[in-house]
Amino acid sequence: MADYFVLAISCIFVNNIVLAQFLGNCPFLGTSKKMETAVGMGMAVVFVLVMAGIITWITDTYLLKPLDIEFLRTLSFILVIASLVQFVEMFLKKSIPALYAGLGIFLPLITTNCAVMGVCLININEEYTFLQSLVAAFSYAVGFGLALVLFAGLRERIDIARVPKPLQDTSIGLVTAGMIALSFFAFKGMV
Amino acid sequence: MAQSMAKEFTKGLWAEIPLFRLVLGLCPALAVTKTVENGIGMGLATTFVLICSNLLVSLLRNIIPPKVRIACYIVIIATFVTVVELVMQAFTYQLFLQLGIFIPLIVVNCLVLGRAEAFAGKNPAHLAVADGVGMGVGFTLGLGALGAVRECLGAGTLLGSPVFGPDFQPFTFMVEAPGAFMGLGLMLCLMNLVGKK
Repeated sequence: MADYFVLAISCIFVNNIVLAQFLGNCPFLGTSKKMETAVGMGMAVVFVLVMAGIITWITDTYLLKPLDIEFLRTLSFILVIASLVQFVEMFLKKSIPALYAGLGIFLPLITTNCAVMGVCLININEEYTFLQSLVAAFSYAVGFGLALVLFAGLRERIDIARVPKPLQDTSIGLVTAGMIALSFFAFKGMV
Repeated sequence: MAQSMAKEFTKGLWAEIPLFRLVLGLCPALAVTKTVENGIGMGLATTFVLICSNLLVSLLRNIIPPKVRIACYIVIIATFVTVVELVMQAFTYQLFLQLGIFIPLIVVNCLVLGRAEAFAGKNPAHLAVADGVGMGVGFTLGLGALGAVRECLGAGTLLGSPVFGPDFQPFTFMVEAPGAFMGLGLMLCLMNLVGKK
């Protein structure tokens, strides 16, 4: 039990997916201008990442490894993720319309979110067991949501500030992200 | 024809240089630019995928049904990424280890899919290849430049050989995560200063 807790902490804070591993930076910068969209994107990522983590682990263990075709991993993972996103979208639209309305526009974007594919690959590379991959996928996704919401809050504040013209928009966004990454450095010694 | 090809090629080098103007492909740009060598290696791998996928997407643009085009593009891109992965594993194993999961992640690099969708799917093959070469070289230049700044300040070396005197204290901050974000942010600022939007 303690092992899983340590794994979760290290995935959320120490090896934060955006700030330490540099995955999912495009949605991190793209959907963080408003708090609302940040929360929506964060939730959509948690949802998809956990499912993608489970399904790619099963694909790898029971399909690619027994057949000795691991070189097709990249191709099969992206197909699994793309069809999963499509499926989740259709399922939500039909059965949980409220959640669909909330996540709506963010779901299709997730296919090209490298955090999803990245975490699936990390899980395989680290040779995690099924439960470990589940915990890791969930914690990485929570870490992504946490970083996104923190960043969105700062960006809303920066909007009011008077930023020099050449630094505006993405430029100051990246510098701010650097500051958050610096503060996340404090977690380094925890695990 | 040569003129229009040249135009598509040069726009990737300055007017629409991927990293600084379009701000696409950020994840590998931040992650692998600890040294110039890694940056350029990553840039070249992406360039190869870009050129090949642009060519194939452009050749197949009248056959692919519009409704499933994104899925088709992804399969085409993933195929070439697998090729790069295997080739690098065979011939440049050290670099392959250094770049790690960022090689398979070229699949989800928004630059590659973005060019397929925005350009190659609508234009003839020779223009698509010119666009792919231009964007690829531009991306490589961007990664190389960011890598050079970070390696110089962070380790005091360039391509492995020292640039400053022996008394230089490396600015380790630059090779760590925060330095990557801030380095790219400040370079964007510089690009906004010198070039018109």
